[in-house]
Amino acid sequence: MKVDDALHQLHRFPHAILITIDIQGYPLAVATEFRVQGRTLTLTPVNTGSISPGDTQNAQVVFSHIHPLPGYGYDERAYIELTGSLSIGKDDWTFTPHRARGWDEKTLPFLELCERALPQARRYMRMLSQERGEPVGPRMGWGWKLFNATRAPFLTATLVPVGLGLAAAAYDGPFSWKLAGLTTVGAIAAHLGINITNDIFDTRSGADEINVTPTMFSGGSRVLQYGLLSMSEMSALAGACYAVAIGSGLALVAQSGTGLLGLGVAGLLIGYFYTAPPLRLVHRGLGELAVAAGFGPIMVLGAYYVQRGHYALWPAVLSIPVAMFVMLILYANEIPDRIADARAGKRTLVVRFSPGTVVKGYATAASAAYGTVAAGTAAGILPAPTLASLATIPLAVRVTRGINRHFDRPYEVMQSLQDNIVLHLSTGALLIGGVLAARRWGRSRPAA
Amino acid sequence: MVQMPPDVVNLLNAALTAELTVIDKRERMYTDPLIPMWDGRHILMTSSVLFSRKLERIKANPKVSVSLNDPVACPVTPFLRATIQGDARVIDGDIHQDWERLLPLWTAKEPSVSKLMRFRFALPLFWERSVIEITPRRALVWPGGDTTQTPDIFDLSEDAA
Repeated sequence: MKVDDALHQLHRFPHAILITIDIQGYPLAVATEFRVQGRTLTLTPVNTGSISPGDTQNAQVVFSHIHPLPGYGYDERAYIELTGSLSIGKDDWTFTPHRARGWDEKTLPFLELCERALPQARRYMRMLSQERGEPVGPRMGWGWKLFNATRAPFLTATLVPVGLGLAAAAYDGPFSWKLAGLTTVGAIAAHLGINITNDIFDTRSGADEINVTPTMFSGGSRVLQYGLLSMSEMSALAGACYAVAIGSGLALVAQSGTGLLGLGVAGLLIGYFYTAPPLRLVHRGLGELAVAAGFGPIMVLGAYYVQRGHYALWPAVLSIPVAMFVMLILYANEIPDRIADARAGKRTLVVRFSPGTVVKGYATAASAAYGTVAAGTAAGILPAPTLASLATIPLAVRVTRGINRHFDRPYEVMQSLQDNIVLHLSTGALLIGGVLAARRWGRSRPAA
Repeated sequence: MVQMPPDVVNLLNAALTAELTVIDKRERMYTDPLIPMWDGRHILMTSSVLFSRKLERIKANPKVSVSLNDPVACPVTPFLRATIQGDARVIDGDIHQDWERLLPLWTAKEPSVSKLMRFRFALPLFWERSVIEITPRRALVWPGGDTTQTPDIFDLSEDAA
């Protein structure tokens, strides 16, 4: 903080605290009145008994504010610490600041303050480790570590397209719960593996390291940044997930046919090279397309193929809305990350576009998703009950407005990011419900 | 053992924040607002490893002061201001849970802490914390909060007992 900036903010504080060091070497702090006069402060003389401060080059004047919230705690925390010289006059004392430090949670949210302080936390724990001759770090149960590292709550992005593919397959013929279970396990394992490799390569590229505004929806899992897991542990975890995914995939190929192989390999490669070199799809502005393909047509058609043993056009059309909405999850989540992403050379679409274009892009993609459902049913490709998914349009409008309003405020935009995930989930659920309703009520769909 | 003046104990128990000033090896002062707690003998504060520079400084120089001066943050009637000088030590044997013994005192002042603790997994480093234990040496008290008047000074060192 610059001294001039600090001086301009002092009018907010009702009093100051003058601090000097007494003859016994203790800090001596006492509240006083103050006036800002140019680049100095005029202080009302204080009485500290027999240990009065004298002229010194080493004085502090501190200002602190807090707003109590009975029954909760407090908010509106702010403080400014000025360090400088104190001159004792007959009627007034003059303080000339040389250095300023401070924090105002209105301008620097507490969560960002914590992220900016990560290097100090690592330094302190390293120091404790050296003192004790054993590693000192944050502790967390393995369950929570896995929950964080895999970003398990994002599994809705997998469950929706797999569910949609399975529903479409059930619409078209007999259904195997055993194959459905194996499909789901394989898809979940692939997704978790992709999430972990994404963290590994975002850490290596520096994108997650320099991100000081992560939210619960963006900025990675932070388990590497917080020292909860090591890079080798993350790699082993990713390997285990990929092993389960590949094993499940091969078992499904054996059951359903080799036609699944290409789709499965494409899905894994897209997921892995999303952040991994040399392709780094997300660094090239192709990440959004990759996610749309992976969590849209690839998963929907894969789940369909497992049950039916062939591909079809109508599940591909059905996958387009969920592909759009899962892409929009990533797209919106890139908004709070965009500054760190740009610095790390991760040139996502949100980094490349202006804020206005980003918001227009969101609205256009969401409109295209709904347009696909409407056109698909009008053309007789999709069952009519899938039109129920249009009920989420008001939520899409709310998200669009939210990201537009809070584009530059990472923590305020979080509600819109959460709504965006609900949008994908609810639209997907209504599409699945529409397909299952059409199957249940025996409404026929013209052959596509 | 010398007793802390009851008015100051009331102030410590009511205070939502106090300013802790520490001094580094180069005699430079640093001040941070922290929640003060009183266990009957020591002023206790807790600091996350995220904001642990003050802990390093205390380890290098234990002489600190705690200032209670804000009528909003220290709502006592009648109002008074106080500064307590003392010797601090950092308790960080187990940064994961040593500090948890302060939770009853902490949540009494900041009830939301118990709710935040349920989401400890989301901000893990914030909850890796040290305890700052301050043994009071001297208290300066300004009745009515008027610091232009001579303060009451209490020698709280063991030698004074």
